[in-house]
Amino acid sequence: MSSRALRPSFGLRLSSQAFLVIWCVIAAFPIFWIAVMSFKIPVDAFADSPWQVIVGPETRDRGMGLSLLDIIAGIALIVFSLRFATGRLGKLVVAWSPPGRTWLGWIIGVLASAILFLVAFFGVLPAIMGPLNAVTGPLGRDIIGLTTEHYETVWLERGFLNNFKNSLIVTSGVVLVSLTVGTLAGYGLARSGSTLAFWILIIALIFRALPHSVLVAGYLPFFINSAEFLSPILGENAPTLYGKPMATIAVLVAINQPFTIWMLRSFFHNIPSELDEAARVDGCSHFEAFRRVIMPVMWPGVITTGLFSFLLGYNDFLVTSLLLDAQNQTMVPAIVGMFNRETTTTDQVVAVAAAVSITAPLLILVLFFQRQIVSGLTAGAVKG
Amino acid sequence: MKFRTFAAFVGPSLLMMFLFIALPLGSVFLQSFQLTQQKFETVEVETCTPGFPNATCVTEAKTQPIFGDDGKPLTETTWVGLQSYHNVLEMERVRDALSNANFSQWMTIDFWKALRFTLTFTLITLPLVLGMGLLIALVINQASKSVRGPVIFVSLLPMIITPVIGALSIRWLFIGDGILTSMLEQWLDRDIAMFAQAWTIELMMMLYRVWHVAPFAAIIFYAGLQTVNQDTLESAVIDGASTWERLRYVIVPHLMPLIMFVTLIHLMDSYRVFEEIVGFSSQAHVISLQWLTYDFLTPDDAGNRSISRASASAMLTMIGIVILLIPVLRRTWRDHKGS
Repeated sequence: MSSRALRPSFGLRLSSQAFLVIWCVIAAFPIFWIAVMSFKIPVDAFADSPWQVIVGPETRDRGMGLSLLDIIAGIALIVFSLRFATGRLGKLVVAWSPPGRTWLGWIIGVLASAILFLVAFFGVLPAIMGPLNAVTGPLGRDIIGLTTEHYETVWLERGFLNNFKNSLIVTSGVVLVSLTVGTLAGYGLARSGSTLAFWILIIALIFRALPHSVLVAGYLPFFINSAEFLSPILGENAPTLYGKPMATIAVLVAINQPFTIWMLRSFFHNIPSELDEAARVDGCSHFEAFRRVIMPVMWPGVITTGLFSFLLGYNDFLVTSLLLDAQNQTMVPAIVGMFNRETTTTDQVVAVAAAVSITAPLLILVLFFQRQIVSGLTAGAVKG
Repeated sequence: MKFRTFAAFVGPSLLMMFLFIALPLGSVFLQSFQLTQQKFETVEVETCTPGFPNATCVTEAKTQPIFGDDGKPLTETTWVGLQSYHNVLEMERVRDALSNANFSQWMTIDFWKALRFTLTFTLITLPLVLGMGLLIALVINQASKSVRGPVIFVSLLPMIITPVIGALSIRWLFIGDGILTSMLEQWLDRDIAMFAQAWTIELMMMLYRVWHVAPFAAIIFYAGLQTVNQDTLESAVIDGASTWERLRYVIVPHLMPLIMFVTLIHLMDSYRVFEEIVGFSSQAHVISLQWLTYDFLTPDDAGNRSISRASASAMLTMIGIVILLIPVLRRTWRDHKGS
């Protein structure tokens, strides 16, 4: 607030701060709570008193827990890693990667630090803390019950690793294809003021509103029988599209296309058209102008749109559950199957652990790309 | 830009949308008038059991599927006109219920049940989302710069979380003697089962949807608040406007285009309500239009998908979308012609 006259009264400020705190608790609580539940044995996870769920006395009595020292060391490691990731890592990447290939450096850097962190957190830390807890007496005694057994069940016994791999294939396919196709279209639409461009955008808006189940009702009969339909063109090895990740990627890309071109168009609008006009005057064709002048400056918008494409592919349940067979199933439909089948309370906590496993990558995504997500939301709204 | 260059840029995207959105839409429209079934034939089979002095023989007619040369069962597609729509709408049961003036009997029919829930859900969550979003945006705008970043981070969490998982996480707070249910029980001093009747489930679904969408509205409104003219606000103060009047007469009119935008997006998205039904597994009590189509598409116990009924219910769902979009399209068209 710039001016004194606009300062709100004390009572208003107090109540607005109170509301802010309440909102933050409401926003984070369900996610925090399933994360806590997933680390407890069922007796604790479904206990009546919140305190028992957080502390987990039954879990601790089974000999699975953390001491004060463990907690301090763990938090220290996490804080240090976050500091490193948001500060030093950037400088290291810029210093070590070959000029013009910074993105490659980022991929290698992020992967290496993620692996390093996982090794340190799950390998080195327990190995050091074990003997240390034994000699430090009361400091080393377990105070909080915590077990990772449900995560082991999910990932190792229930084959969640396979679902994770499928999710990875589908999501990265969706992001890559929809960005390539969408960037071209978004640029074309932003630079053309014709009525045709207007109508394309309006039709895209209508497509954006379609319920996805309507479209899937159109795909299913064709995909299941596609071998017959396609055999006149492709001959003997015409594929059955049902259950194939590639077909699902194409479907998700198309569903995502209206949103993508709207968003990218508004980003390209913000790039002054004098830039490519200058390149055209210097003798570039439209495509050369796009490649040499626009491509170097378009990455912020493309990355933002890519994040939303990622969310669409990663979060989708309806399309993937209907179009993929069991073998190619992605994570979200897999967990729904898991908790529909659940019978014992242990199974329920296992499903909770799977849910947390799906959420964790999204948390990291927001942590690193908060600014891009916010700018993407507002760019679409203010210009659209 | 010349037409050919424009076509080259836009072509791939248009092709994708044509192949995977426009074509399926057309084929759904056709399918809703067709019925594809396995071909059956009736054969007479004589079965004999040995007996004395003569074997007892029974001749009976049996229906069996016809198999093609490749060993697959043959299917045939027939035009059935409005039959599938008829099966989905079940008009005679509706007439029955209406003549008895029995609302709950009407609501036992799947389609109408789904329509009722989808509409109430959409209309009730809309004002809540707008109100919560505005409130959060105003509060973030009042907060000091150093807290804004973390607060926005926390606010984004409900928005980006996988919808099914978000619904599940709310469900786990309430299910059985979940943590919030037992708190409610202590407070009201009575036994509560949140998943035993429809209205509590609907309440939780709306709660979840507001939690999930309010951050989106909040961030858009927050961006809008940054461009409110400070001079106008200041002159409003000098003219003696209270905080409420400033909000009502300066801030809200400034945010109006954004409010319209959020309303449009929210109407589109909540009309497609689906993930809540899966997350809360509420199909026994509450269903939505999109879930109805999904349910027709999933194979039943015999492994058959009722494609034609799914197409009919999909087309009926589309009618709602068209009604929703007409005012928006008319406005955009007027703006376009105006400019």
